[in-house]
Amino acid sequence: MVHAIEFQNVTKAFQGSLHNAVDQINFTAEEGEFITILGSSGCGKTTLLKMINRLYEPDAGTIIVFGENISTLDPVKLRRRIGYVIQQIGLFPHMTVGDNIAMIPNLLKWEKEKTEARINQLLTMAGLAPEEFKNRYPAQLSGGQQQRVGLARALAADPKIMLLDEPFGAIDSITRTRLQDELLTLHRGMNKTFLFVTHDIEEAFKLGTRVMIMNEGHILQFDTPEEIILHPADGFVKSLVDSARAKEQFWEKFRYPREYR
Amino acid sequence: MIDYMFKHYDDLIKSALEHLQIVLVTLALSLVIAAALTVICSYSKLAARILPGILSMVYSVPSLAMFALLIPLTGLGQTTAIIVLVIYNQYLLLQNFLAGLNGVEKSIVEAAAGMGMTPMQTLIKIKLPLSRKSFIAGIRIAMVATISIATIAASINAGGLGTILFDGLRTMNPAKILWGSLLSALLAILIDRILRLAEKFFER
Repeated sequence: MVHAIEFQNVTKAFQGSLHNAVDQINFTAEEGEFITILGSSGCGKTTLLKMINRLYEPDAGTIIVFGENISTLDPVKLRRRIGYVIQQIGLFPHMTVGDNIAMIPNLLKWEKEKTEARINQLLTMAGLAPEEFKNRYPAQLSGGQQQRVGLARALAADPKIMLLDEPFGAIDSITRTRLQDELLTLHRGMNKTFLFVTHDIEEAFKLGTRVMIMNEGHILQFDTPEEIILHPADGFVKSLVDSARAKEQFWEKFRYPREYR
Repeated sequence: MIDYMFKHYDDLIKSALEHLQIVLVTLALSLVIAAALTVICSYSKLAARILPGILSMVYSVPSLAMFALLIPLTGLGQTTAIIVLVIYNQYLLLQNFLAGLNGVEKSIVEAAAGMGMTPMQTLIKIKLPLSRKSFIAGIRIAMVATISIATIAASINAGGLGTILFDGLRTMNPAKILWGSLLSALLAILIDRILRLAEKFFER
């Protein structure tokens, strides 16, 4: 069976850094999986993600996407087959929402009607009424709405893989929860492989069909959320799970009125 | 002074038009070359590091010295003047163009690259439209500088308003000195105003 993504001994170091940002990493991801990559800042999770669409090149090792070694592919063509969503969203401020989404279809020279239909379909899917939002500019949208557009734009050319780099990191927690739920629904309906980077443990365990826990350039554990919670691979993972539990207990004490505590 | 204007208005108009011609030809050539240099700089990090430095060194050479350096090669007259003006403009234009392009938010450029836009597509569809304000600002500064330096170009027979000014200096004729400087100042202010309006327009 062909894996959606396969890393073979991938290593990447940045100039002036003592240890490798990503160190001898091996893993495979299958089609249709929702993989969350969890770790604190500087653990290499974003570096790992950016090597998949070749924004970064590995120093050693091989990355294979649907059976093809990506170092042999044209990076521009590769990126058009991979959706990419970032925390800062990066919508083009001088273009309308519709034109933002149409950017890649236009570069791929789709017919006008097809692009138009796709914009409407994606906006509806992202929970934004097309006739209301298509002609607005990014500055006229809230942060949550902007990231919905960012998501729609990344999905425009129907990529089989989606890379999401802390997409909800700068969004308020109420909107964030709603967006997480919608992203899960979206993922269920489309058999795409999602790689979702986050430093929020709850987000990682809520969204991921499998969670990859990273520290200092290594994968500490890569398994289903249940398996990680039941059998943490080492002390670091255990302390991570414990810290989430502690947070839960913190909220638990507000469950009953003060006099019953 | 007013007498002089009525008697010699044809000379004044002719010189002013000549001046404008030098400025416009200089601008057209400068823009073509600066655009090419900008593209080179956005592809090559080395060029982006070295070129502005070289150009700023060249810019610091006084114009009379620059004219003198070029006269053995291209002789007296408008051609030499325009070459020197174009060279000076490169510093002003490139500096502003690059500042504008580098000022585009990094996340926008990263999103563009990440979704599969080539560097050229990113430059034309994203970076250029988002930095057009600094482009107009660069053009404005370059044009005002050109108008003033072009006055000095009269000293090598390039014509323009400098001719009247230098004639006035040679013959100790205050009316000529005044009209020469007044008109070139007016021309500079006029063009500055027009381009400021253009800048405002692009701010939206």
